[in-house]
Amino acid sequence: MSDLLEARHISFSFGGLQVTRDVSFKLAAGDRVALIGPNGAGKTTLVNLITGDIAPSEGRFFMSGEDITACSIPQRVRRGLVRSFQTTRLFANLTVADNVALAIMQRRGLTRRLLSRATDLPEVKAEWSEILGHLGLLGLASRKIVELAYGQQRLMELAIGLALRPKVLLLDEPAAGVPHDETPRILEAINRLPPDIAVLMIEHDMDLVFKFARRVMVLAAGRLIFEGSAAQVTADHEVRRAYLGSYADARRTA
Amino acid sequence: MTELVLPHHAAGRRIPLIGEAAIALAFAAAGALGYFLFPDDLAFLTRLIGIAFLVLSLDLVTGYCGIATLGHAALFGGAAYAVGAACIRGISDPFALLAIGLCSGAVLGLVSGALISRFRGLPQLVLSIAIGQLVAGLANKLQWLTGGSDGLSGLEPGKVFGVFGFDMYSRTAFLLSFTVLAITFLLLRRVVNSPFGLMCRGIKDDSLRARMMGASIYPRFVIMYGIAGAVAGLGGALTAMSTGVVGLDSVSFERSAEVLVMLVLGGAGHLWGALIGSVIFMLFEHIVAAANPFHWMTLVGLLLILIVVFAPRGLIGPLTALCARLFSREKKT
Repeated sequence: MSDLLEARHISFSFGGLQVTRDVSFKLAAGDRVALIGPNGAGKTTLVNLITGDIAPSEGRFFMSGEDITACSIPQRVRRGLVRSFQTTRLFANLTVADNVALAIMQRRGLTRRLLSRATDLPEVKAEWSEILGHLGLLGLASRKIVELAYGQQRLMELAIGLALRPKVLLLDEPAAGVPHDETPRILEAINRLPPDIAVLMIEHDMDLVFKFARRVMVLAAGRLIFEGSAAQVTADHEVRRAYLGSYADARRTA
Repeated sequence: MTELVLPHHAAGRRIPLIGEAAIALAFAAAGALGYFLFPDDLAFLTRLIGIAFLVLSLDLVTGYCGIATLGHAALFGGAAYAVGAACIRGISDPFALLAIGLCSGAVLGLVSGALISRFRGLPQLVLSIAIGQLVAGLANKLQWLTGGSDGLSGLEPGKVFGVFGFDMYSRTAFLLSFTVLAITFLLLRRVVNSPFGLMCRGIKDDSLRARMMGASIYPRFVIMYGIAGAVAGLGGALTAMSTGVVGLDSVSFERSAEVLVMLVLGGAGHLWGALIGSVIFMLFEHIVAAANPFHWMTLVGLLLILIVVFAPRGLIGPLTALCARLFSREKKT
């Protein structure tokens, strides 16, 4: 079987600055991959390239063997390529339920309906109830997003991701800005993602990375400098020098 | 936990159409009130209803989709001219004229929407003004069709159902306009609460999020613009039929700006807000302009400043809060 997502020799320059240099990788079903790297390494740019928010200057993306480089953002989403955002991007003035319901209705092709009431679709309601229940957000269903705590908003990013039934899920720092005692909730939610989807997570919190990832990719100055298991990554000299530094040393002495 | 979800559940199991029936009743009551209490002001009330269509239409694109426009009168006036031209050329059935207004408004909406929705922010606003000016310019120049600066006058639409003629007291015009408004309002309520309408509100909040859900924004906005055009077109048609004239004021920049003010006054993003805004503004203008024809615009300016300062989201905010408070008090007792 071919890989769910493949990046082949992706490069991207912004003005004169080359942000992404010849990046290639593959994601297969069931993959749990972390993408790490120092600030400014081009991690979010890579996610934006994968989702189609920006177009690569060179290289191609494939989903299940099919070239998607020319596909728009919505076309890629319909193929199962879904992302979450580093800074929460939700429909702030809509309710929790409506946010998830919109993702479900969009996936099911119901958002073309003009005259049926959005709240009158029992199959949609059943689905968002299940997703919100799964994430412990059901009690907040009729609250507006602006009324939620930040940690809850981060979980909503996951809820929307789940509602879109992704084949490939890109998580851009899912625990960014979340109080430390709430990260276990995020991790728990991530660990309970459907096992057959491929997940690529960008994360700075190394505890979270080592608990989640079976494979780690390290990006430095736009280039993939390492790809291997979580255990290998701390041992790799180049990675330590480029990024991990103190963390690897701390681990060794601990 | 389940308790908190119940309201949603209950909403799904309500008697179907009961909300619609209640609103239809409220409309009928308001209409009867206007008809019997102000028999001498029906011409004014009919004009108000025509403008209310335009404000509702603007609400669809500005309030629900977040599209900034200062050229919305083009849809209203364009349809009014189409109806006027058709009427002069012998089409006199009121419903045929309404259909002409609706269709021409929808076409104008689709065309201008196809242009305006391509842009965001200031370029969008400038483009909307440009389209408004273009239509106003055409209305002035195409004399053979629009009558130029004289406009079209002496429109004589036929009888409604072949029975009720357009009288000088505007009784027929008022009842027809009011009925069409009520039906339009109920339909629009469906549209804004549909999955389509909900997605439009989502896009207004965060368009990138919507695209990352797989939603295409452009076609959706063009369709919404088409619907808005149809609504504005109905208003234009009713105004043309009831007054018997179509002039350059119907496509003017002032008209576009005025309806935006009405929308902000009532509360953008709420259909009721659009209605409240148009009623309050028009009543204020009617009463204050009669009392003090020289300074009424100053007073409108003051009123607007007060509302923007104390109710930045329009009158609908404090009004719904008041209703909720009254309602909860009733429940307690």
